[in-house]
Amino acid sequence: MSSLKVELVAADRLVWEGEARQVNARSVDGELGVLPGHEPILTILAAGDVSIKAEDGSTRTATIDAGFLSVDRNTVTIVAEHVSVQSA
Amino acid sequence: MGAQQRVYRQRIRSVQATKKITRAMELIAASRVVKARQRVEEARPYAQALTKSLSALATHSNTEHPLTTEVENPKRAGMLVIASDRGLAGAYSSAALKESERLAEHLRADGKEVIPYLVGRKAIAFYKFRRRTSAAEWAGFTDQPTIEAAREISDRLIEDYLKDPAEGGLDEVHVVYTRFKNMVTQEPWVIRIVPLEVVEGTEPPQPSDVAPLYRFEPSAEEVLDAMLPRYVTARVWSCLLSAAASELAARQRAMKSATDNADKLVKTYTRLANQARQAEITQEISEIVGGASALADAK
Repeated sequence: MSSLKVELVAADRLVWEGEARQVNARSVDGELGVLPGHEPILTILAAGDVSIKAEDGSTRTATIDAGFLSVDRNTVTIVAEHVSVQSA
Repeated sequence: MGAQQRVYRQRIRSVQATKKITRAMELIAASRVVKARQRVEEARPYAQALTKSLSALATHSNTEHPLTTEVENPKRAGMLVIASDRGLAGAYSSAALKESERLAEHLRADGKEVIPYLVGRKAIAFYKFRRRTSAAEWAGFTDQPTIEAAREISDRLIEDYLKDPAEGGLDEVHVVYTRFKNMVTQEPWVIRIVPLEVVEGTEPPQPSDVAPLYRFEPSAEEVLDAMLPRYVTARVWSCLLSAAASELAARQRAMKSATDNADKLVKTYTRLANQARQAEITQEISEIVGGASALADAK
């Protein structure tokens, strides 16, 4: 199975980059889960938590202020001005 | 010790004290410029991600947005001038201000009214001294800009831009800042940030790389609405960061030449002091010799 290439970007740094199995975030319309093979989408995220299930099975959670998320051919880009990571 | 000598010694001491200060400032600037450059680098992924998504948005929908629409006959132009808070950075601030004057003249020649927005105490002082008014002023962060500062500036610019022209709305906004090319070259630079052209830093899409059909949530308009102000903020922020790195580099250079100059002065004054001492000794000897021979003659 293919995996997702995830980039979590804050205004002042690249927070995390790597392969992941699943990404969960809260868009302004509600919860959004992204699995490999997701259709291309560009959505606005509400302030809240983003969780990334990495390829090795560990889960990373980060809190973001409003931002947006784009999916394009298994590349997920999450952009927010402020990102704080809870679990390393 | 003769009066002349004492004057020279005092000068030497004073120059040495100044040299210590300029040397310290040079070292501080040198260490901070590294950090400032790092921040410029670290901000790049954010701008790239925004640009990529916006280009996707631009290619997949024909949504019009006031921030991207050219005004047919621009009459009022905003000009954001980024200078420094502190001096002792060589020609850094004056170069940026000079560039802004040039731009203002150019805009006026095109029949546009120029509305200045100022960043940095030096820019504010420049305008105040000439009794000119500005639309807004920000200061206190030029060597370490924060994203909040950038947002504040861009929010104000966007707010004014979207106002009705009759109520003081702007038709375009330019930014004058100092671009950091490398440690020895920083140049005053002008970019126009609105109306936006989403082009900067995007590599042309490869033919094999045809962008897929996007879905926008909640809608293309709303996504655009949310993203464009962020993009403006990111542009302003990258200008601020680049200007901060330039400021520190300019300061380091100015302080280095001041330190070198102090060395030269100390050397010159030491020579002069030695000369004065020798002259004094020579004079004393000739006085003694003259006195002795006068005594011998008197016998």
